[in-house]
Amino acid sequence: MSDTPVTKRKGSLLVQDARTIKRNRAEKRFQMYGIAAISIGMLMLVILLTTIIARGTGAFQQTFITLNVPLLAEKLDKKGNRDLADIKKVSTFGYAPLMQAAFEAKVAELGIETDLKPKKMAALLSKDAAAQLRNFVLENTDLIGETVEFQFLAQSRVDGYLKQRVTRDSIAKDKNINATQLDLVDALVASGHVVKKFNLDFIIGSDASDARPEAAGMGTAMMGSFFMMLVVLSLALPIGVAASIYLEEFAPKNWITDIIEVNISNLAAVPSIVFGILGLAVFINYMHLPNSAPLVGGLVLTLMTLPTIIITTRASLKSVPPSIRDAALGVGASKMQSVFHHVLPLAAPGILTGTIIGLAQALGETAPLLLIGMVGFIASNPPETIAEGLMSPNSAMPAQIYEWAKRADPAFYERAWGGIIILLVFLITMNAIAVLLRRRFERRW
Amino acid sequence: MSLKLLTTSALAIAAFSASTALARDQVQIAGSSTVLPYAAIVAEAFGENFDYPTPVVESGGSSAGLKRFCDGVGENTIDIANASRQIKASELEVCAANGVSDIIEVRVGYDGIVFASDIDGEAFAFSPTDWYRALSDKIVVDGAIIENPYTMWNEVNPDFPAQPIQAFVPGTKHGTREVFEDKVILAGCEASGDFEVMKAAMGDDKKAAERSCITLRTDGKSVDIDGDYTETLARIDSNKDGIGVFGLAFYENNTDALQVAPMSGVVPSTESISSGEYPVSRPLYFYVKKAHIGVIPGLKEFAEFFVLDEIAGPDGPLAEYGLVSDPELANTQAVVADEQVLGSGS
Repeated sequence: MSDTPVTKRKGSLLVQDARTIKRNRAEKRFQMYGIAAISIGMLMLVILLTTIIARGTGAFQQTFITLNVPLLAEKLDKKGNRDLADIKKVSTFGYAPLMQAAFEAKVAELGIETDLKPKKMAALLSKDAAAQLRNFVLENTDLIGETVEFQFLAQSRVDGYLKQRVTRDSIAKDKNINATQLDLVDALVASGHVVKKFNLDFIIGSDASDARPEAAGMGTAMMGSFFMMLVVLSLALPIGVAASIYLEEFAPKNWITDIIEVNISNLAAVPSIVFGILGLAVFINYMHLPNSAPLVGGLVLTLMTLPTIIITTRASLKSVPPSIRDAALGVGASKMQSVFHHVLPLAAPGILTGTIIGLAQALGETAPLLLIGMVGFIASNPPETIAEGLMSPNSAMPAQIYEWAKRADPAFYERAWGGIIILLVFLITMNAIAVLLRRRFERRW
Repeated sequence: MSLKLLTTSALAIAAFSASTALARDQVQIAGSSTVLPYAAIVAEAFGENFDYPTPVVESGGSSAGLKRFCDGVGENTIDIANASRQIKASELEVCAANGVSDIIEVRVGYDGIVFASDIDGEAFAFSPTDWYRALSDKIVVDGAIIENPYTMWNEVNPDFPAQPIQAFVPGTKHGTREVFEDKVILAGCEASGDFEVMKAAMGDDKKAAERSCITLRTDGKSVDIDGDYTETLARIDSNKDGIGVFGLAFYENNTDALQVAPMSGVVPSTESISSGEYPVSRPLYFYVKKAHIGVIPGLKEFAEFFVLDEIAGPDGPLAEYGLVSDPELANTQAVVADEQVLGSGS
């Protein structure tokens, strides 16, 4: 067909002809594309991580003010009988004068000159301080009448000032703090009574209202996430494994199982918000389970995680060579014995890996929780029993982050980033465990 | 890991889920995102000072909250709905149809709606007419009703700088939207005289003319924000020409990012709102399901606590956060104490 006659190759192997050069260039180019793609990905990751760390680490530190508060008996225990019921009647508002007096005394003791009224001085403290003081008094009624040293949280503007988020320029129109108050803060920093230090309450504390962002913590949301994961693990793992063993080892291959198989794959691709609507309709409106309960959240996330677990479990069951089953059957084991004594243990690392990845995915899920009332101001006390933990309202870590990001006060913004760091630590740990399990136990045939 | 253990625990949880109707012991609240921060502040203080658990406060908007409130009576429905507007007759009908008949209306105070733009941008001083002419779908020019032709603020009012019109207004599920339509757009429509022209053109149909006034343009100059004010702030942050509608409390917490525009010559503040000088303010409410009082522990105590002078009064934490306290708070306290329901007179 071709006009050109077949000719012998000219030149040598050492000198490349035009076509070889072209092909080699194409290959080089392709490699460059690949490197470019990887670098873009890496760059994005670096930008993401540096942003998160730069913005979030501040949340782990908080500003504290040290004060000596005289616990005046005539204010806190008017009847003088040290009866807990009577002491409880003094609300947090009743504690405010004590703190103002303590602040005034401290300023006088340090010889700081300021025009501020005691009320304005005490405004530097967090609104949480009164609650902290009241809880202390309720637990230590015998200390009423004495003077006790406390470390109170400072209000978020003071904290922002020490973290350089709030400047003297930015507070020009701010009614929460003024320049004279910042002068006092400067003087107290110099005398060591205002310090910035690690704040454990951010990790273990519970959410706080908009009036006191400095007191908000992830602890309650963490418990919520923990209980949800408990539900997911104890439902999704057995159901998922049972379903996949049946489908893989026992079920006949016919059109019904084909349909089931297709549906499971489709279910894995359903957007998570759909499961949220389902949860609202079925678990809350029909089954009358309580709103905002981690149990409902866990059930919804179970539905979401099941397909992932079934698919990975089936894949790891499939990867066990048939010769193992044949050998077990050959020495007289029943089908079930062959599965539970030989196939399942060999597939276990793969199943566990899939389960952990499914759990990690569920841990980071927010959308379905929006619909079942797990996003909002939820500052419940730590649950005492598992049942209470499952049934009493709670939030979850990603929901808490979403909630903080929505709030008006800029101090919550920092906490949202801090929350992301905590969540990422959990996710990275879970994925690392999955990788380790796979490395350590996975067998290849 | 024994299979038996797994199966038993799974069954235990399943059985547990089936045993429903477990007594709820904390108050559940949902509704307006404007009321949410106040409710959260009260809930927090309530949890601190009482032995009841801290109530759960969810957001979602006034309409969404009232819808959930009217879903029925029972432990899986909410006890309190927050609203930045009064409950509508149609909503009361839905409530009644679902068995929610005794509702206690509690007015907690007032909130101002402010118009704010990026702090480094141009300064504005609005009147309702400016907003109506900038944002309404149809306006009257030279006696003829035409599609809104304006694209720049200086076309609306020669005093304004030449800045493209870009407004971020609350979406329709927010109570703030209705106040905005009512007290700004409709007021501007009436003040500019366009209302009469439209009424005449529509055969004296007042309702149709009102609807025509408050229908906002859909060509992208006015953007509905369905989320919270944080989203509006983010939009303004990325589009420096944008002007957003905020609650006073939100603005006061973000004075480093936003500058506020006076409305009809009055700068919004707690003082100018409580004196009634600032025109765009609205009362904030919460609605309590009377049937739940005595069933849900702490519900009545919470409602009473919310309207205490120490909380909702002029020196309380709510006023500090941005609520304009209600001068008739004593009446409200009586309403809660006597559990006066809507429609019972008084």
